[in-house]
Amino acid sequence: MNQALPKLTLKDYASDQEVRWCPGCGDYAILKTIQKLMPEFDQPKENQVFISGIGCSSRFPYYMNTYGFHTIHGRAPAVATGVKLANPELDVWVITGDGDGFSIGGNHMLHVLRRNVDLQILLFNNEIYGLTKGQYSPTSQIGTRSPSSPQGSIDLPLSPCEVAIGAGGTFIARSIDTEAKHLAAVVTRGHDHRGASFIEILQNCPIYNDGIFDKLKDKKIAADFKVELENGKPVIFGKEAEKGIRLNRESLKLEVVEANNADVLIHDESNKVLATLLATMSAPDFPVAVGVIYHAEKTSYVDDSRAQVIKARAAKGSLKELLHSGHTWDVS
Amino acid sequence: MELAEEKLDEHHLDEREVIDVVVRFAGDSGDGMQLTGNNFTQVTALAGNDLSTFPDFPAEIRAPVGATFGVSAFQIYFGSEDVTTAGDALDVLVAMNPAALTTNVANLVDGGLLIVDSGAFTAKNLTKAKYATNPLEDGSLDGFRVLDIDISKQVLAAVEPFALGHKAGLRCKNMWTLGLVLWLFDRERTATIASLKSKFSSNPDIADANIAALNAGHAYGETAELPAGIHVYHVPKAKVPPGTYRNMTGTNALAWGLIAGSELANIELLFASYPITPASNLLHELVRHKEFNINTFQAEDEIAAVCAAIGASFAGQLGVTSSSGPGIALKAEGIALAAATELPLVIVNTQRGGPSTGLPTKTEQSDLNMSVYGRHGDTPMPVIASSTPTDCFDVAIEAVRLATKYMTPVILLSDGYLANAAEPWKIPDIASFTPFPVTHHSDPEGFKPSLRNQETLARVWAKPGTAGLEHRIGGIERAYDTGDISYDPENHQKMTDLRQAKIAGIANDIPLQEVCLGNTSGKLAVVGWGSTFGAIHQAVKRARAEGLDVSHIQVRYICPLPKNLGELLNSFDAILVPEMNTGQFVRLIRSEYLIDAEALNKVAGQPFKIGEILAAIHKKNAALEGKS
Repeated sequence: MNQALPKLTLKDYASDQEVRWCPGCGDYAILKTIQKLMPEFDQPKENQVFISGIGCSSRFPYYMNTYGFHTIHGRAPAVATGVKLANPELDVWVITGDGDGFSIGGNHMLHVLRRNVDLQILLFNNEIYGLTKGQYSPTSQIGTRSPSSPQGSIDLPLSPCEVAIGAGGTFIARSIDTEAKHLAAVVTRGHDHRGASFIEILQNCPIYNDGIFDKLKDKKIAADFKVELENGKPVIFGKEAEKGIRLNRESLKLEVVEANNADVLIHDESNKVLATLLATMSAPDFPVAVGVIYHAEKTSYVDDSRAQVIKARAAKGSLKELLHSGHTWDVS
Repeated sequence: MELAEEKLDEHHLDEREVIDVVVRFAGDSGDGMQLTGNNFTQVTALAGNDLSTFPDFPAEIRAPVGATFGVSAFQIYFGSEDVTTAGDALDVLVAMNPAALTTNVANLVDGGLLIVDSGAFTAKNLTKAKYATNPLEDGSLDGFRVLDIDISKQVLAAVEPFALGHKAGLRCKNMWTLGLVLWLFDRERTATIASLKSKFSSNPDIADANIAALNAGHAYGETAELPAGIHVYHVPKAKVPPGTYRNMTGTNALAWGLIAGSELANIELLFASYPITPASNLLHELVRHKEFNINTFQAEDEIAAVCAAIGASFAGQLGVTSSSGPGIALKAEGIALAAATELPLVIVNTQRGGPSTGLPTKTEQSDLNMSVYGRHGDTPMPVIASSTPTDCFDVAIEAVRLATKYMTPVILLSDGYLANAAEPWKIPDIASFTPFPVTHHSDPEGFKPSLRNQETLARVWAKPGTAGLEHRIGGIERAYDTGDISYDPENHQKMTDLRQAKIAGIANDIPLQEVCLGNTSGKLAVVGWGSTFGAIHQAVKRARAEGLDVSHIQVRYICPLPKNLGELLNSFDAILVPEMNTGQFVRLIRSEYLIDAEALNKVAGQPFKIGEILAAIHKKNAALEGKS
């Protein structure tokens, strides 16, 4: 269905529903980027499906003029798996958050990734529970003060990208809500990937966790706090691109060195061990890595399932034959 | 509660020709009792008897040899009249070791035939079964006709030419025993021989050794001097309608019913489930039938299973999920999502003993309340129950019909007994079923996701991939007119009423309740649902033969109830409701119809015995006569 589709625009992808996120929420920026990007995929709009769980981010499907399903807390990957198994032609997107995707829905996230179900998973990470009014989440930094942790949270936060790689994910990337160009590029790569594409989007919650990613966004200082990964390019950062990341071969840990150091890493998306190390880099010792962190080719669960079905249906079943199969006897 | 039991007159083995017999094969998990039972069942069916079987597995996968908790048994009730249960008391008990004897001998009738492998009655095995003295020697079995044979020794002699070695040779014990039992009931061996050849086709030596053991057991019966009163019995053929028959378990009937339902609805079916006893066999059966409109998905958990099924339904297929009580509890939130978004979904609950892990391998009917009431919010949905193993076929088709016609989740109740029990099934002519093809909406003109059929109140089914019908659905309350999110108080009342009315309206689309045995009015009606059918049926039949005014009503539609059920129940002086729970259905009909129905409850992990229901009928009848 690639021939002569009328070119759609952002407007075609905006639904008639009033967007109800808080003013200043990072979700607006992500919505706009995705609405603008969708026409680029040159697909019939009716084949695009957005599926979400529960949380602020999960309102997303209501605002997309495609097919959409706002399901229950944490279960969007499971629902999406059913949708994709039922109709592999559909372009299925999962919209989730740090609580939805890694707290209540952590199990489904592990399995949708290891199965490599052909979906795009956009995880909006604001490191807080917004919709329930501000409790700490599984990605909140230790010590986060919230209505449910007035003395500071004591849970060790998890790194979504690290967990996603560990679960066997085949496309792992990170971007930032307001960095429209970068986000669009990363999402486009994820869309091209056949399998589960996991994209963590650092997203600001202006009400309950305002400003936690400011250092990564402030044009003046961002270069010191984030490193943009590009396949085959050295992993360097800093205002003057003066710093780099290398692997200490003795300690097997990453360290920050001068950009001209001969050991500065060349980013290799297919290197799972290095990808894992890069995914876990965090302040204050390291810049946060954005871009495509890991990418591997593996058959998709949906393709494999479909192949088994096609094989089984080489000879279509006859119900009458089934009922009469095996041991039968006649009574006259 | 004390459950009285009528001692049925079942000294079946006094004559050479007997009307019906209950045989139980019991042994260690590794003794092959299920294979023995299945082969005996096949031969019995071929001989033209009606029959019903029930396997009784231990919960442990590989229990220590000789342990009482490792005893595996297979019971068969067969005869020349209609048979609807696996039988109360045993006429014949085959006990392959002391553990099998001690766990089953209490059910053997006085004068019943006990066949034991005396070779397995070693000091070690006796200790494991907690026997202080050897029951074969201490006189404790004097009330039975005991046939104690050193089967182990006999088998090793019979299979010696095959040089299998001691251990492998002993594994033929079950076929030797089967040979003896086939002789006892004057049965042909040809079907068993064919079945062994097919089962061990890749290992002809093993097949031949088993056949040799079978023949040796049979020859033993013919030639050995057996104690007085043990001889060949003849069970005449049952009078059953002509046709082609097969033996069918509830699990296979349910699986094939779902396949038939998908054909009749002309829709693809995604069966998504997570393994759980005793429901897993449904997945095992369906995964082998992708040549039909079936695909399967073994999910990571119960919740993912129901959610994937819902996803498939959203995408235009029919999602089906399956589990047993605890797993269904996990699915509850997802089931309510399907109800809220008005998507079709079939949920099969193969009930087991609860609460919690409870008794995974034992049967119970204690999830009726959960099925009818067990959800957050006002969330009505159809609940239907199958009453016999083969009834599962029809009920599965009905579940598919209701789910797709009314765009609703449907709960189908089976149980551990129905799933594993088997009975002969007259194979239906599939052309005699009326197709109910589903239609997905395709017209963009005036489309809204809230469009509904004004007669059925079913919401429109618009699947992704259809141009012009792009829309969003979700768990947040939806506006009646548009399907958009709505927090409006009046709208919520309207939508709640609509959901209620849609399900209640299904009462107009299901058959009126019939009386399956007896008159449509009178003194006493015994009202059952689910797998109690067989025991109730036999008890009512016997009571009626005694001249009592009693009828049997078996309810398939639990929600909504058949339109005429209240009127029907009110035409009896008294209602008795036997259930394998503490009284869930009886409370439902008491509250629905304000009638003084009486409960008869058994929660022992075992089906009702005919005698237990008959005793309750007698007691109720006596009370009614005292009153008049």
